[in-house]
Amino acid sequence: MPVFSRHALVLAAAVVALAGCGGGSTTATAPAATTAAAAAPSSPAATGLTITDPWVKTVKKGMTAAFGTLVNNGDTDVTIVSGTSPLSPTIELHEVVDSGGKMVMRPKEGGFVVPARGTHQLQPGGDHIMLMGVTEEVKPGAKVPFTLKVKGGQPLEFSAVGKDFAGGEEDYQPGHE
Amino acid sequence: MISRRGLLAGGAATAAGAFARHETSPPTHAERARVEPFHGPHQAGVATPPQVHAVFVGFDLREGIGGEAVVRLMHLLTDDAARLTQGRPALADTEPELAANPAGLTVTFGFGEGLFEAAKVDSPIRPLPAFETDKLDKRWSGGDLLVQVCADDGLTVAHAVRMLVKDARSFARVRWTQRGFRGGTKGPTQRNLMGQVDGTVNPTDLDQAVWIDADGMRGGTTMVLRRIRMHLETWDAADRVAREFTIGRRLDTGAPLTGRAERDDPDFERKNHLGFPVISEYAHIRRAHVTDPAQRILRRPYNYDEGLTEDGESDSGLLFASFQADIARQFVPIQRRLAEGDLLNEWVTAIGSAVFAIPPGCAPGGWIGEGLLG
Repeated sequence: MPVFSRHALVLAAAVVALAGCGGGSTTATAPAATTAAAAAPSSPAATGLTITDPWVKTVKKGMTAAFGTLVNNGDTDVTIVSGTSPLSPTIELHEVVDSGGKMVMRPKEGGFVVPARGTHQLQPGGDHIMLMGVTEEVKPGAKVPFTLKVKGGQPLEFSAVGKDFAGGEEDYQPGHE
Repeated sequence: MISRRGLLAGGAATAAGAFARHETSPPTHAERARVEPFHGPHQAGVATPPQVHAVFVGFDLREGIGGEAVVRLMHLLTDDAARLTQGRPALADTEPELAANPAGLTVTFGFGEGLFEAAKVDSPIRPLPAFETDKLDKRWSGGDLLVQVCADDGLTVAHAVRMLVKDARSFARVRWTQRGFRGGTKGPTQRNLMGQVDGTVNPTDLDQAVWIDADGMRGGTTMVLRRIRMHLETWDAADRVAREFTIGRRLDTGAPLTGRAERDDPDFERKNHLGFPVISEYAHIRRAHVTDPAQRILRRPYNYDEGLTEDGESDSGLLFASFQADIARQFVPIQRRLAEGDLLNEWVTAIGSAVFAIPPGCAPGGWIGEGLLG
């Protein structure tokens, strides 16, 4: 039994619980699943990487962001270098940093590193997957497919559920209007 | 010497006495941690022993919301309910700490006729017929979608309602909110604000009386929600004999006037020394009586008490919620008999009324309404 952090244990339990549901929601092609994508971790790629509770902030047009908890069940660190989604021609991996007292977002140097047997949170006010310009409205409850490219490993595919959310504005629309 | 515990308890008691609108003791640690299962053949919140607090929210779908959008809505709401009832934050929960004490939380969804119409699906329910004694107000009636949220902790209820409404409001606007509470011991019976023991006779075989056994709705049921105003000012003028005569039960024990204990069967044949029935022909329990247990309705009522007028008169009553397999067969005949001649009508008036199909429960990964709208 490897040593889990408390965090990882909780998440691992969540993954196991969901995987045990028989809801057909654990396959890599999560978009086809009939479940709320929010509850569906995608399948472990060869890297042992999954994501739990992926969601994307609803938006009519322009920019928005996707969040979730990346879980690395493998014994080596996993680096996510880029992402794609049919909904947005350009996607960036962002971080939010304090710049002279103002929180600003910027592309994260080197991508997201998910530590071995650890997790990496993507959340409003923190690291997130940035959709630079959606080609159609992200509706609440819609399932938006994503692919994250992993350095030296299989890509992670999942779908994130559209969710109305008031926060995070300052993060991904700096100076917007 | 005053212990810390004693101080805390004293403070809580004072606060409760000063602010609480009803007499419920704060939930214990174990009660706050209590988890009701969400998934299963039936939705929770029907057969679940009634919790202390309830909020019923009636929504109307917004213009242009059709079947595809309703499916997205029910995915979101089901996911919220599945998490929150298990003591987990909703997805993107802005106050995740408030989800930590489920306190027996149940979230129950109901579909009104308008939702089926919007989704272009045949409705399994019809509106109630008009009853002569009703004085229905639109602001408490109808609705396309019902969300019933119940728990033993008011904070838990408030948080769950907030998270659910935030996901619903892109699709629907709030038509009404009805808040209720129950007092006394937990269980099927409670006291209403007229002082009566309420909800004594409920069906025991729910497969017969409550759960529907038909495609699409198998494991579901129907709900009638009536807002029944109590005229407590005039009720005050009735003495105990008149009050007991009106109901047909003793106020102290809840026993029928012909019995000794609450659960005793009333003897509707028994006459007094003058030859009149002990339980009046027009007593509430005679008018409401259903002989066949399979035809009984499952009552799950809550009290409401919405504040006072300038002159100190209350806006109080009962949120009468009943569940039954067939509204026309089970609920309507009872309500007809009550409307035709129930002594209690002098002091109570239905001012709101709504009916909903309560879809079956769902398995993990499923969503409420999948058999009807999927």
